[in-house]
Amino acid sequence: MAVTGVFMSAVADTHSQEHHHGPAKGISRWLLTTNHKDIGSMYLIFSFAMFLLGGSMAMVIRAELFQPGLQIVQPEFFNQMTTMHGLIMVFGAVMPAFVGLANWMLPLMIGAPDMALPRMNNWSFWLLPCAFLILVSTLFMEGGAPNFGWTFYAPLSTTYGPPSTTFFIFAIHIMGVSSIMGAINIIATIMNLRAPGMTLMKMPLFVWTWLITAFLLIAVMPVLAGAVTMMLMDINFGTSFFDASGGGDPVLFQHVFWFFGHPEVYIMILPAFGAISHIVSAFSRKPLFGYASMVYAVGAIALLSFIVWAHHMFTVGVPLAGQLFFMYATMLIAVPTGVKVFNWVTTMFRGSLTFEAPMLFAVAFIILFSIGGFSGLMLAIAPADFQYHDTYFVVAHFHYVLVPGAIFGIFASAYFWLPKWTGHMYDETLAKTHFWLSFIGMNLAFFPMHFLGLAGMPRRIPDYALQFADFNMVSSIGAFMFGATQLLFLFIVVKCARGGEKAPAKPWDGAEGLEWTLPSPAPYHTFTTPPDIK
Amino acid sequence: MRAYAKRATALAAGLSSSSVVMADWTMNMTPGVTGISNQIFSLHMTILWICVVIGVVVFGVMFWSIFAHRKSRGHKAANFHEHTVIEVIWTIIPFAILVAMAIPATATLIEMYDTTESDVDIKVTGYQWRWQYEYINEDFGYFSSLSTPRAQIENRQAKGENYLLEVDNPLVIPVGKKVRFLLTANDVIHSWWVPDFGVKKDAIPGFINETWTRVDKPGTYRGQCTELCGKDHGFMPVVVEAVPEEEYNAWVASQREAAEKERQLTQKDWTLDELMVRGEKAYQTACASCHQPDGTGMPPAFPALKGSPIATSDMAAHIDIVVNGKSGTAMQAFGGQLSEVDLAAVITYERNAWGNNTGEMVTPKEIFDYKNQGSQ
Ligand code: HEC
Ligand code: HEM
Ligand SMILES: [Cu+2]
Ligand SMILES: [Cu+2]
Repeated sequence: MAVTGVFMSAVADTHSQEHHHGPAKGISRWLLTTNHKDIGSMYLIFSFAMFLLGGSMAMVIRAELFQPGLQIVQPEFFNQMTTMHGLIMVFGAVMPAFVGLANWMLPLMIGAPDMALPRMNNWSFWLLPCAFLILVSTLFMEGGAPNFGWTFYAPLSTTYGPPSTTFFIFAIHIMGVSSIMGAINIIATIMNLRAPGMTLMKMPLFVWTWLITAFLLIAVMPVLAGAVTMMLMDINFGTSFFDASGGGDPVLFQHVFWFFGHPEVYIMILPAFGAISHIVSAFSRKPLFGYASMVYAVGAIALLSFIVWAHHMFTVGVPLAGQLFFMYATMLIAVPTGVKVFNWVTTMFRGSLTFEAPMLFAVAFIILFSIGGFSGLMLAIAPADFQYHDTYFVVAHFHYVLVPGAIFGIFASAYFWLPKWTGHMYDETLAKTHFWLSFIGMNLAFFPMHFLGLAGMPRRIPDYALQFADFNMVSSIGAFMFGATQLLFLFIVVKCARGGEKAPAKPWDGAEGLEWTLPSPAPYHTFTTPPDIK
Repeated sequence: MRAYAKRATALAAGLSSSSVVMADWTMNMTPGVTGISNQIFSLHMTILWICVVIGVVVFGVMFWSIFAHRKSRGHKAANFHEHTVIEVIWTIIPFAILVAMAIPATATLIEMYDTTESDVDIKVTGYQWRWQYEYINEDFGYFSSLSTPRAQIENRQAKGENYLLEVDNPLVIPVGKKVRFLLTANDVIHSWWVPDFGVKKDAIPGFINETWTRVDKPGTYRGQCTELCGKDHGFMPVVVEAVPEEEYNAWVASQREAAEKERQLTQKDWTLDELMVRGEKAYQTACASCHQPDGTGMPPAFPALKGSPIATSDMAAHIDIVVNGKSGTAMQAFGGQLSEVDLAAVITYERNAWGNNTGEMVTPKEIFDYKNQGSQ
């Protein structure tokens, strides 16, 4: 709450240039607000809180895996930790953070006064704390929290699930409703509220990537809702969708889940692609290379993401023809992804580079996300995936795309736009420290996981054979380092919100875009009359 | 701690036998011992090197820019932002590389799917949390469970060399023969993996999956379950012994004989004490993972048997739940998994252990009759 207060005061205190009244006072400002900046801040704060919560669960996991043998938690609780860690990070930390960035930045980038559907915006946000209150409360229920992995495969999650599963289903439904409403709002805003003259192909890339992400969300969140509803019926109403002994099909669950799940991983990365494009261009002081091909690449990735889901199911027993189709389609995704990386590198090439914190995170994003992309390409080779599947190689792969991908993308965005949000410059030395400790910690934590997986360590196990001991210890040390470092980020942001060097309207000399035409901090109401687009 | 001392000694002593040292820092996949595993390994290395080369080129350009095109070195930004030819080239080249990669991958995959003309067929069934192996044409089968003592897992005893990768009854297969595995599961999804064979396949309730292997080198090969299957997912290893054909045939003969003997035991007259001894063993391997060694269970997931009404009074209900299980819960039907002798022993044990001193016993013959009457 204290954080909310300081963070907000920067916006609240600013005397509004327009003739509108400022924010309401007290708690009702937050409960009832329809202002995109307030809602954006709430999303960001919420997501950071979830990041710390999901992160502490990761610390429990890594502490247990520090040495062979069971030391601090029992297997049942370990499984609850991996499941809750995955769910909280995906649905609580990464997705809301990007929605927060969208709320703050989309109207500023397209010259709109607010989101198109402000009341629904408020509702989408406030559903989230409700959903996570329910989800986290399952930890205190009899029988414990969900313990079947964030992929909740049936029948482990249905016939064999803990009693709290029904609450988990309810929480997923609420999150889904929130995401769908958020996506509708984003599409409505982008389609209807662009300043006159901003054609689609003039939209900033962050706007483009979010537009495509929002369509992905609308397409797949109902599928997730369908999957959990079938579970609900199986558990409570005697149906047998996924129960083989009743004529159901456990593999159906996986098809439905991954039809949602694969686009979901792009939902977590596409907005970061957009933000990184702005940042790389700004600190290279050079226009983004290949704007049009960036847009087409994101579109291609989004379309392909619907026809690759069974690459998560190579060992399930898909027929040979299906296996080949999904292998080829998955390999194909590497092409547009490669185009994006080449474009970023070429944007830097012959630029005039400086390395403030947003750029450091962006460069690390490009390198480390590419490493995650490489291991993804390896996983796409179906015969090899028989060896990689469900080992720590996969854990390494998705953390390389999620931590330096999604999370570094969010950090880069936060540092890039913090001056606009708070009106102050953040502490550059501390931010660079945050970067380097995160960078080292993250690589120390996740790189050895490649080796562990290749040497044969399965994922989701609380204890392991002796030959895995050394790399696990290294990995745990890196994880603790990465985890502790994130408290520094909290400190930097609070410090920046409270004061510091005054930020000019455009603190980065290479930055482009409407948001930089506004004073820092951005007034409570902006673009009440649309700007001119040349 | 002692495990560390042991590994430290191994490290010191290991300079000559470097495999011991290397084992702790294994960084790469191993080629394994089958044709398929070797092909997988070479696909893995090929794609790895492709990635390394692309990475070196792309990041080479990037690091060059980071080094040479810095503002602090006075570099002025160029202003280009499009180049159709380059963009087309760097779309086509990766595509061509991928096609080149897809060809050998497809060939390997086709071979992996060819389960025809097998010499030996083995049905593998996943249970929470052990494997059942049934030799389809030989009329015998058995369970294979983790044999690492609890004391090692709970750090009360030094960990052995094959910690968590050892079982009571390994799977035995002949070398040089094509062995086909038919996989299914009794409760949740499991996945049967032996890295050295390049074989991993999910065992799914209601489905029968097929895969195969041909091992040319005799030896002991170890793997694990790789699909999250509940609490003890980390504790259901796979151990396979590949032996020469004569040895395999002799082993099969002895197994068949033992199975026959076991069937005869049903007719023997058992005393309470004999059943208690046998029952304790059966209980520890089949039931203790859920109901706990001391019968206290883990409520609410797994009920206590110590003092439970079923285990202390209602004998018929007790036999029923153990033989037929309770559908919709983790309590499986053990009627088909355990012999009559073990069923009788384990029920008798539960009725007399941990202070459940009912003094009652049930004989294998009674179980046999119960099962046969029940199946009509
Ligand atoms: C995978 C976990 C698991 C294993 C292994 C297991 N059980 Fe159970 N058992 C359960 C569960 C869950 C129940 C409760 C079923 C219910 O909801 O009524 C149960 C119930 C029982 C009951 C009834 C207890 C009561 O008071 O209601 C008995 C008796 C029993 N099991 C005996 C056994 C025996 C004997 C074995 C070994 C041969 C065994 N169980 C192995 C999970 C297991
Ligand atoms: C704080 C740094 C992090 C650490 C140290 C960490 C560590 C881990 C570990 C060790 C596992 C594997 C657990 C197991 O298989 O037994 C895991 C699983 C997972 N992590 Fe993380 N993680 C971190 C951050 C993240 C982030 C930022 C995300 C997502 C945005 C994420 C998403 C996941 C998911 C989806 C799983 C899979 C859960 C499952 O198996 O069901 N993690 N994490
Ligand atoms: Cu996928
Ligand atoms: Cu398992």
